[in-house]
Amino acid sequence: MTDAKADIIARLQKDILPLQGLRSAADGLSPNMGLGTINDAFPNNCFPLGAIHEFLTGGPENAAASSGFIAGLLSSLMRNSGAALWISPRRFIFPPALKSFGITADRVVFIDVPKEKDKLWVMEEALKCSALSAVVAEIPEISFTNSRRLQLAVEQSRVTGFILRSNPRHLTTTAAVCRWQISSLTSEPEEGLPGVGFPRWKVELLKVRNGKPGAWEMMWAEGKFHHTQKPLSIICELQQKTG
Amino acid sequence: MGRRFISIWFRYLTTDWFTLREPGLKEMPFVLSASSQGRMIITAANAVAEAKGIDAGMALADARAIFPGLKVRDDQPGLAERLLYKIAGWCIRFTPIAAIDPPDGIILDVSGCAHLWGGDERYLAEIQKRLHDRGYSVRLAIADTIGAAWAIARYERGSCIVKSGMHTEALLALPPAALRLETETVERLTKLGLREISQFITMPYPTLKRRFGAHFMTRLHQALGQEEEIIQPVQPIVPYSERLPCIEPIVTATGIEMALQRLLETLCSRLQREQKGLRVAVFKGYRVDGKTQQVDIGTNRPSCNARHLLKLFEDKLSTIEPDLGIELFILQAPKVEDHYAIQEKLWEGAGGLEDLRLSELIDRLAGRIGMNAIRRYVPDEHYWPERSIKPATSLQETPASSWELKRPRPIHLLPRPERIEVTAPIPDYPPMLFRYKGKLHTIKRADGPERIEQEWWFEQGQHRDYYYAEDQEGKRYWLFRLGHYDSEKTYQWFIHGFFA
Repeated sequence: MTDAKADIIARLQKDILPLQGLRSAADGLSPNMGLGTINDAFPNNCFPLGAIHEFLTGGPENAAASSGFIAGLLSSLMRNSGAALWISPRRFIFPPALKSFGITADRVVFIDVPKEKDKLWVMEEALKCSALSAVVAEIPEISFTNSRRLQLAVEQSRVTGFILRSNPRHLTTTAAVCRWQISSLTSEPEEGLPGVGFPRWKVELLKVRNGKPGAWEMMWAEGKFHHTQKPLSIICELQQKTG
Repeated sequence: MGRRFISIWFRYLTTDWFTLREPGLKEMPFVLSASSQGRMIITAANAVAEAKGIDAGMALADARAIFPGLKVRDDQPGLAERLLYKIAGWCIRFTPIAAIDPPDGIILDVSGCAHLWGGDERYLAEIQKRLHDRGYSVRLAIADTIGAAWAIARYERGSCIVKSGMHTEALLALPPAALRLETETVERLTKLGLREISQFITMPYPTLKRRFGAHFMTRLHQALGQEEEIIQPVQPIVPYSERLPCIEPIVTATGIEMALQRLLETLCSRLQREQKGLRVAVFKGYRVDGKTQQVDIGTNRPSCNARHLLKLFEDKLSTIEPDLGIELFILQAPKVEDHYAIQEKLWEGAGGLEDLRLSELIDRLAGRIGMNAIRRYVPDEHYWPERSIKPATSLQETPASSWELKRPRPIHLLPRPERIEVTAPIPDYPPMLFRYKGKLHTIKRADGPERIEQEWWFEQGQHRDYYYAEDQEGKRYWLFRLGHYDSEKTYQWFIHGFFA
């Protein structure tokens, strides 16, 4: 009896997801993002494409870490010679470094717009253009209405949008499907080797619609993500209680 | 098709302009004067003054003697030419080719234009009426050659329309001055008793040339249409250009948009036929009050897609102020390139940089935020970090060299390195601690140094020794020391970027 109920609930959940603008894994188009066990946290066990993801960052170091993590995701999204747009008030990204994340930097179009209003307009227009693989924008403050507009735009075009929010004054609710926080961790060079190792981050999924938030430790090496530890189950539970 | 020209003669160009500013001057004798060789000379007189026998060229004192109540205004140098330019620009609504003919005329090349107004009579009447409404008294004539039109406008009192092919006959009864000759030549002709063109037109050309010079012959041939006369249009002719005159002036935004749409469709179908695509388009509206409103757009790759171009214009159309109404719309494509529309289909839907939808998106963005804000980078073969990339010139440009990454590079690079305070143990070792923005960082791990020399052929300066350093919290930085360690401590430490 309980099995039957669980089945019904699972089926209903599957029916709800498309209504909320989430693509099902069945269409087979979504590339493997190489996120490993993080995928379990997402609805349908697959990274939500055609959706808005927001990243909270504080300080330039964590902003760089978030950029690095996003660059890792972009490399999977742009695999088939795709193009991406990176919108910022002022470009900080150093294009040659994108190479280490597997991105050909000349396939990224950088747009420098200082005005908040223009940034949102550019992002919305870009998200409507299905020729792009992804759009990244550095927008510290975004209202719920604006984020809803962006979410509606991506539901049409299936472009994935990333919003980098550095030091937001008000941590308002947004329509983004995921809220991430990436912070750098000390690298672990191989036994006995001097110097700095591969970039290592604490990847926190603070909010995910219809999924399970959690925290993981990840490393970017040899062109893909690696888990450096088992999922931190304590944090997972904590997040579930609070979130 | 035969060519047709209109010559417009502004009988009282400058005085009319002054009368427009001071309507009270209309009914009274009034002249413009300028000082010449210590005397005040009349440079222009209005119709009332001329009726009293006051002409341009008289001394002002003489004129005052004839009519003591004469009004005088200071002439402005270059005024006539300025006015002619303005009016010629306004005349674009009647024909695309308008040229000024100083000191007091305008020439319009109206080949194939008159039928749009329903024939020569209506066309001329319309121009005359419109100029008259603006306050200028004009005489104009239409003929097959510029010379004939000029002569008829100024010397013929009767009909001002010369039928096609009849210009030689029309000229016969006019005085020789109607041929735009130099004063001396006219005087010599008069002295010889040749008071009408018919008296010498039959003479053998070599004789005429010997007696009156080459200039005389040129003018005669030009008037008779035996020699091409070249005019300099006030606005250069754009080969790809479409016009849409309106019967009623357009004032609404919807009307302007419809006009633009129609023009775009005609222009694009023409471009498509000729396998061209436009890169720059200018949309002009000629207002009833003589002012011009214009908006322009640019595209990243040649386009003849009317729907896309309309979208680009849409954002800017609101800047057009119709005021009392726009009576003529012109769409020009000053920059046109080869474009094979059929090939475009290949790129459509491919995704990536070649995708047509992306270049259309970039066009739209550029229309609002400017092309300067949109950048793509390709590698440049330099080790110096700031010079290792260069902006790509177009969306399609492919890098000449591949992206090389032999050493670690930070994902965030500061636009300008920032000073930091550093404690370093021994030369060429990474620093132990550094202070950046008031915060102390203890370095736990580091790689380096990586020495990058200044490229002396670009810039003089010292080399940089870069370190990839990680602090106690696991944050990763790109630091460098500028210059050598030495006892005078001339070196400085900087932070240049953040690693992921």
